[in-house]
Amino acid sequence: MTALLYRFFSMASKGKILIIMSEEILNVSHISKSFSGVSALNDVSLTIKAGEIHCLIGENGSGKSTLIKIIAGVYEPDEGEIIINSHHYSKLTPIESIHEGIQVIYQDFSLFPNLTVAENIALNYQLERNKNWVDWGNVRKIAQNALDRINVKLNLDALVGEMPVADKQLIAISRALLQDARLIIMDEPTTALTQKEVSSLFSVIKDLQKQGISILFVSHKLNEVLDISERTMVLRNGQMVVDADASEFDTKKMVYYMTGHHVVETAYVYEENTSNEPPLLKVENLTSRNNFYDISFELKAGEILGVTGLLGSGRTGLALSLFGVFPADSGSISIDGVQVKINSIQDAIDKKIGYVPEDRLTEGLFLDQEIGKNMVVRIVDDLKGGQKLINQKSLQLQIQDWVEQLNIKTSSSQLPVKSLSGGNQQRVVLAKWLASCPRILILNGPTVGVDIGSKAELHEALRVLAKKGMGLLIMSDDIPELMQTCNRILLMRKGRIVEEFHREMVTEDELTHKLVEA
Amino acid sequence: MFKNLLNKTEFLVGLTLVVMSLIIGIINPAFFSIANLFDILRSATVIGIFAMGVLIVIISGGVDVSFTAIGIFGLYVTVKLLKAWQFEGSVVVALAIAGAIGLVLGLINGFFISRFKLPTLIVTLGTSALFQGFMLFFIGSDYIRDIPAGMAKFSMANLVTITQVDGSKSNLHAGVLILVAAAIIVFIMLKYTMLGRGIYALGGSRESAERAGFNIRKIEFTIYGFVGLLSGIAGVTFGSLMRQANPFSIVGTELDVIAAVVLGGASITGGRGSVVGALLGVLLITVMNNSLILLGIPSDWQKAVVGIILIIGTGLPAIQNRQAERRMNATLAE
Repeated sequence: MTALLYRFFSMASKGKILIIMSEEILNVSHISKSFSGVSALNDVSLTIKAGEIHCLIGENGSGKSTLIKIIAGVYEPDEGEIIINSHHYSKLTPIESIHEGIQVIYQDFSLFPNLTVAENIALNYQLERNKNWVDWGNVRKIAQNALDRINVKLNLDALVGEMPVADKQLIAISRALLQDARLIIMDEPTTALTQKEVSSLFSVIKDLQKQGISILFVSHKLNEVLDISERTMVLRNGQMVVDADASEFDTKKMVYYMTGHHVVETAYVYEENTSNEPPLLKVENLTSRNNFYDISFELKAGEILGVTGLLGSGRTGLALSLFGVFPADSGSISIDGVQVKINSIQDAIDKKIGYVPEDRLTEGLFLDQEIGKNMVVRIVDDLKGGQKLINQKSLQLQIQDWVEQLNIKTSSSQLPVKSLSGGNQQRVVLAKWLASCPRILILNGPTVGVDIGSKAELHEALRVLAKKGMGLLIMSDDIPELMQTCNRILLMRKGRIVEEFHREMVTEDELTHKLVEA
Repeated sequence: MFKNLLNKTEFLVGLTLVVMSLIIGIINPAFFSIANLFDILRSATVIGIFAMGVLIVIISGGVDVSFTAIGIFGLYVTVKLLKAWQFEGSVVVALAIAGAIGLVLGLINGFFISRFKLPTLIVTLGTSALFQGFMLFFIGSDYIRDIPAGMAKFSMANLVTITQVDGSKSNLHAGVLILVAAAIIVFIMLKYTMLGRGIYALGGSRESAERAGFNIRKIEFTIYGFVGLLSGIAGVTFGSLMRQANPFSIVGTELDVIAAVVLGGASITGGRGSVVGALLGVLLITVMNNSLILLGIPSDWQKAVVGIILIIGTGLPAIQNRQAERRMNATLAE
């Protein structure tokens, strides 16, 4: 390890660095792969040079993960060749891939929650060296060195399961470095990170680049790709659409390449109701200790109000409190000018409040159940016929209705929900709430992990709902999303509302800037 | 520092043990006698050896309920063999034979678990019935009172003998040494070998362990083989202490052993647990079983008390965890 570093730096000092920088680490040429007759990748080629930051973008199902797994040696390509460090492979095993210096950091990081930071970092390293005995002093030393390489300080004795996601990622990166990584593939690394953590991840990536390590950054967050990429490749339906210098891309172009059509989003225009009726929802001095303090705002019928803030700003806490999951300690909530108590989820539902959770997979859906059943689960009581049994006919009608209204793409509503893509799953969650006709809908990160095309359609669905008179509250740190859907945006910091913006009076950049400044 | 200590399950179990001993001792001072201490250690020996094996299985994320059946199988077959050979030698031979039988039976568990990826509880439930049924039908079901000479000699072997003022003698049985040896071996294996760390890794996340390059199959074979070996040894130790080989004994006590290990801080979902904790758990259960009678608590009630302690003992850490999580969320919100 140190020998390698030393060699690198001595080469750098002798001016040989240019040779390294232009050296091709990986050359995947004309790869095709199909699964039981369905083509997943078709004639895709990719070249990555030493010290290059390469981005790979594409919608769900475009073949990104298949390509990664082929490079990692998990899948064997049907056709084509993989050349790593000038070694030719027609098929590659995971071990060969690792020995060639390729490290994949999967979305779940593959860490051990029950072990300490030090052990998590050093474990694979020891394993690869066929160690039989554990020298704990050495484990700490190895881990410390690895963390030093990315200039990070972490408590070596803390349990990984108790650490925030951003730290877990850093642990995964330092572990990858220990394996003499020359190319680190990061699969959607920023999904669970806040803006601030993303920027510190980027500085780590730039640091690695200076050490001559290449990065393949797989993402569908376009602003991040614009930020970090030197070269960008776009996949669509298993085909390579374009692979070019990052300077040739802007957001519009990328969206076009990824979706194959121009996605035009219009902002939401709220027509203020001039009549004197009380606001749909009025929150005054709402406080939940250790969570948020002194929150006051109004939401009128037909408004889409955004609430933004970094992770830990209290926005999720506020959403959960309004939905009765964690009732607030003090303050008041009024609906239609009448003060109400929301002490439980049932209270919130009785007041016609709906909640689309941040994590639809664990909080919003019964993944193994049918799509249709998921949609009507909230209203089965209303579908009972004379014998207190569910009226199958009206049930099917309801399901059919929602599949059409929300344009859910599936061959049958009897398939399990997990067979759907992220965007369609989110529509099922939406349908579940809409079926019970809520008047106030709280959405927490409504399009996390949803494709660009479906995202625009979901946004349109939200705008239509507001137009019909519903009041929407959207918690999100996706600023473009808020700009496209909301007419007003509240900024939360450390549990308090610090500023309010009208959409027409603020730009995306200003808002992003306000969001990250601590 | 003190707070850290309080968060350690081992410390809590140790504390409970001390408090309980004090209460029993105050009510009945006979508890604080060397004789009683030796008695408790003797009673803890067999359950302790079993617990060392169970600890490993539980850390790896599995559950084994067949170890008692393996123990009695090992004991019974060994006794039958030695009697047939009219072997008069040392108990070490008996321990070795029973250990080897246990190893083979344990590897059968390991085979089903790693080859067919079956749930460990189901496999060991099945093999438990299989081993016992096989033994009773093919090997015999008689109650053997007259154990081989080596084992009989071992049953009288004392490590320490203390003569009391009144002339009575208190003995510490040498079987404790087997428990001590098992505990030291398991401790070193879990803490200082890659195999041990692999067991923790497997219990923490099977998928990650696979991706990291652990040979999961080898680890599982080792785990269940080793548990079988320990169970066979525990079986002969039990037979020696009881001076009999009853094919219907021990089986049915497996939940006590699992309870002791879980009380000692091993997580039933895997990834967590320690030798010190498991030993404290064993002592706690043994003290309860042996000494509640000194408090005048009827024996039927003892079972209920063990249940209550188990619920409190495993529930408390869970509640603590949840509070720690809340605190973490709160600091994030600041």
